[in-house]
Amino acid sequence: MALKKKTSWSNAVFKTLKENNVKQIAYVPDAGHTSLIEKAIDDNIVKPISLTSEQEGIAVLSGAWLGGDAGALLLQSSGVGNIINMLSMANECRFPLLMLVTMRGEWGEFNPWQVPMGQATQAVLEASGVIVHRAEEPQDIAETVEAAAKLAFEAGRMVAVLIGQRVVGVKDWAK
Amino acid sequence: MGIQPKIVLDRRTVVKEILKDRGDLLLVTGLGAPTWDAAAVGDHINNFYLWGAMGGAALTGLGLALAQPNRRILVITGDGEMLMGVGGLATISVKKPPNLAICILDNQRYGETGMQETHTQHGVNLSKMASGAGIKNTSIVYTKNELKKAIPIFYEETGPVFVNIKVTDKPAPMTLPPRDGPLLKNRFRENLLGHI
Repeated sequence: MALKKKTSWSNAVFKTLKENNVKQIAYVPDAGHTSLIEKAIDDNIVKPISLTSEQEGIAVLSGAWLGGDAGALLLQSSGVGNIINMLSMANECRFPLLMLVTMRGEWGEFNPWQVPMGQATQAVLEASGVIVHRAEEPQDIAETVEAAAKLAFEAGRMVAVLIGQRVVGVKDWAK
Repeated sequence: MGIQPKIVLDRRTVVKEILKDRGDLLLVTGLGAPTWDAAAVGDHINNFYLWGAMGGAALTGLGLALAQPNRRILVITGDGEMLMGVGGLATISVKKPPNLAICILDNQRYGETGMQETHTQHGVNLSKMASGAGIKNTSIVYTKNELKKAIPIFYEETGPVFVNIKVTDKPAPMTLPPRDGPLLKNRFRENLLGHI
């Protein structure tokens, strides 16, 4: 098994996104987001947007909000490193920004190249003005996304939900 | 790199021509000179100016175009700004927004930082990059006559369309639009959606 427990929480999270009227879901794939991305592609209302780099998503979702669409960005912790300057648009204009970040470089990581960004993710986001929520148990993720969505769309803030590597699953390259 | 035609078009004249009969066009401008150019034509409630977020103009246009499929969206940005977000051409191409037009004012310079040469000065062709990304309607404009033919492309042809307009590096007077982010966002949304 390459990944453990990867889909058990995604149904509830997708339902939460829909209930919060999310219409555009932009993403750079991560194994931990596989199921959410599939749901976004299959949904009749949600517009899925595959990005070449995570920073594109900040601009896309800013434009989406200008046009009346709420959105969410799905990315891996390594992708947080790509978005920093683009966050200045969401920050300065107070665009709501909801990001779901699957973590690498922490719990049981085998790839040393993932560790630097994974360990810096929360500090870098907070230094950039993003409110960070962490979810370390599968049953907590949807509830955390719900709280983050309220902060983003109603209080007009940038919010990231960091989904712990312990939840997403540890990649096992030996199998 | 072959011999390039002489660059004669003035950026302010070009933008004025493009926006002359803008109707209910929604405009996004990239940081620096394209934002000043749009402001020089006259501040407009349907303008959203980027003052930063380099590389984000065309993608802001994409999100807006997807949210507002019944409105025409034009992005006017510079060559340096587009180069920084050039992967976005692939993202835009895959989504194929029929209502999105992208206009590059290509002076082959980083105008805000001391007029250093950009890569387009050395043969990099943004229209071909857009075409390589899969955007079908791409063109390059050097002359007044070509500009005249390009203007209907922005307003009428099925998007995404990408037009690279070569403009001189002659500096234009600074004309600054509002720069407060919440003001720009709120007035744009209120006019478009009827609420903030």
